[in-house]
Amino acid sequence: MPYFNFSPAERQTKYNLMKKFYAFVQKEFYHIFRDTRTMMILFALPIALVIIFGYALNNDFKNIPIGILNQSKDQTSEKLIHRIVGSGYFVVEQTLEKPQDIPKAFKSGKVKLVVFFPSSFQQDLYHAKKAPVQLIADASDINTAINTTSYLSGIIGEFNNENGRENSGGVQLSSRMIFNQRLLSVYLFIPGVIALILLIISALLTSVTLAREKETGTLELLSISPISPYMIIIGKVIPYLILSLLNSFIIILLGIFVFGLPMVGSVALLILACFVYTVASLSLGILISTRVETQQAAMFASLVSLMMPTMLLSGFIFPIESLPLPLQLISNIIPATHFIILIKSIMIKGAGISLIWKPFFILIAMTAVFILVSIQSLKRNK
Amino acid sequence: MRNILVLVRKEFLQIFRNRQLLPFMTVLPVVQVILLTFAANYEIKNLRLGIWDLDQSASSSQLVHKFTGANFFQATDLIDNQKKADDLLMQDAIDLVLVIPKDFEKNSKLQNSPPAVQFQINALNNSKAGIVQNYANAITQDFMSELRGNANVIGSAKIIPVTNFWYNPTLNYKTIMLPGIVAEVMTLIIILICALNVVREREIGTIEQLNVTPLKKHEFILGKLIPFWFIGHFIFWAGIALGRLIFHIPMVGSLGLLELFLAIFLFVPLGIGLFISTAVETQQQALFTSFFFIILFILMCGLFTPVETMPDWAQWVNQLNPLKYFVEVNRLILLKGSGFAEIYPFILKMFVYGIGINALAIWRFKKTS
Repeated sequence: MPYFNFSPAERQTKYNLMKKFYAFVQKEFYHIFRDTRTMMILFALPIALVIIFGYALNNDFKNIPIGILNQSKDQTSEKLIHRIVGSGYFVVEQTLEKPQDIPKAFKSGKVKLVVFFPSSFQQDLYHAKKAPVQLIADASDINTAINTTSYLSGIIGEFNNENGRENSGGVQLSSRMIFNQRLLSVYLFIPGVIALILLIISALLTSVTLAREKETGTLELLSISPISPYMIIIGKVIPYLILSLLNSFIIILLGIFVFGLPMVGSVALLILACFVYTVASLSLGILISTRVETQQAAMFASLVSLMMPTMLLSGFIFPIESLPLPLQLISNIIPATHFIILIKSIMIKGAGISLIWKPFFILIAMTAVFILVSIQSLKRNK
Repeated sequence: MRNILVLVRKEFLQIFRNRQLLPFMTVLPVVQVILLTFAANYEIKNLRLGIWDLDQSASSSQLVHKFTGANFFQATDLIDNQKKADDLLMQDAIDLVLVIPKDFEKNSKLQNSPPAVQFQINALNNSKAGIVQNYANAITQDFMSELRGNANVIGSAKIIPVTNFWYNPTLNYKTIMLPGIVAEVMTLIIILICALNVVREREIGTIEQLNVTPLKKHEFILGKLIPFWFIGHFIFWAGIALGRLIFHIPMVGSLGLLELFLAIFLFVPLGIGLFISTAVETQQQALFTSFFFIILFILMCGLFTPVETMPDWAQWVNQLNPLKYFVEVNRLILLKGSGFAEIYPFILKMFVYGIGINALAIWRFKKTS
């Protein structure tokens, strides 16, 4: 209803209410910003996390410790070993004497793979024209096992090729790596880390704050004030919205300026994406707070039930397309999944709104559902 | 001793009385472990292939067949210009564009002008792009040697790599993910409950009441730690048992040895939680600080991303990551069947770490504050 439809008296009460609401929000701000220790934690920890992960998390393939078991000791095998070491991908950690030593090397965990030249290697090479070399991988670490064997096979293939032992098939192969020419892992990890940190911080902050008010009984006190309960909740959330948004901008700037994440798309869209995601996370926090009685329950609910699923099902760690179908469905109801798509599309691919309206829409719909369910729970509690 | 037992009993009573919190510490983590283990899969298949065939010859369509025949790729779109390729890559509708040049067939019959095949790969996920490139190269090279016959290969010797995957020949991710995720969830819960519990007592003032009891500082702390030590055991073994039932995770080594490691290990997350509780004022601060350490431990423990490729400083810092040791011990005992001699250094490290962090926490812990 437009403002001018009210009678002057009504207009006056509306105005007073707005003033009270404003005063209330101001009070909340004071509450939060007065607590410098919490403020420090809120800003310092996410920054520290992004910096540590940005540098430390990578699946760039290098310096893999391997063992060499050379029973042939001929020129070709020595040359191949030299070649393997020269590639920079591998470091010879251990030289083994006999095949019986292999289990010991693996059990001590020192090497990830053993290259085994049998004593018949030279003979096979010159007489049978085919000399098998064993690549024995410790597959208790599967990714490393797959990568090491495939890189080593590649090196051996090249080695054959250079020495005229095999025809490469006579084809020139070239690959263009689209969106990520240098195959950097920060393109994969930074968006995931941002999504995870923002979700946890926002959801945690609101759920814990509201639960604390419940626990200490101050929420009841507020409920007899002239401001409506919904206004109270909105007033409580606004400072956190600003805090979380600030946090998200700092993290994204770090990603761009420290870790070289590109910013191809529109800044306005990126800000919108952060806003929508933060609001979704905050409303998830509100929802959690309406369902629990104590701070501790709110904390466990947000941390235990959000952290691991968000990490593993949002496409951050495991690719979504390789999840089994039921988990793909769950992945779709995780807000971070959509935010990661948005960040990658806007920042790295430079996608416009026509390509990414869907994740936006889903996040907004989620927010609406969280809020509706929260209102339901609040009403029932009364 | 009696004092400790009384306190342990009181803590247990409090834990079991709290109906809202109890499931979060017991049932939920175990359910989560099982659910998340199903997600543990990096396997890449059904990659969506866009085909841009400029040659339109018999050979080029054979090459396309070779690609789509492999389990790895499925053809989705025919492409005839770069704009379409760019659009499809942008929409995430395809993972790879196979560009077969004009005169592919003609050139492949000539000896001195090899045809050039190009792959345009969506490299947002760098490790996936690397694997896609390897596969695509291998398929094309195979195809070309078949096409030209093996005439020029005969006569020259060749080294053939033979791959053996030990301890996990079927490359089943779940066998190693399950124990790893169990350890992660358990550590998460333990750090959190331990950090929150003590801060809460301080926040609501009940710690003052304990101050007037004859309890000593170390008795009070042991009384707090022991119940959580049992909860840690419950989460771990329930998760491992269900993992055995559902995913048939291998158990090559001795479970007794694993229990020995677990029993000592648990004092590390307990100590970390306790230490956090001495360094903060409110439950909220305790929570954020715990979150910080937990997420560091989980992402850097070597389960999801390799530890070897981290820079030196990170590897050095990672020496303080208890989960790193747990993931390693899981692999050693459950998959490789390592014995006490191999596990001993890990146990010793955890023992020293546990004593160190708990001593630090007890020293910082002021009963009177």
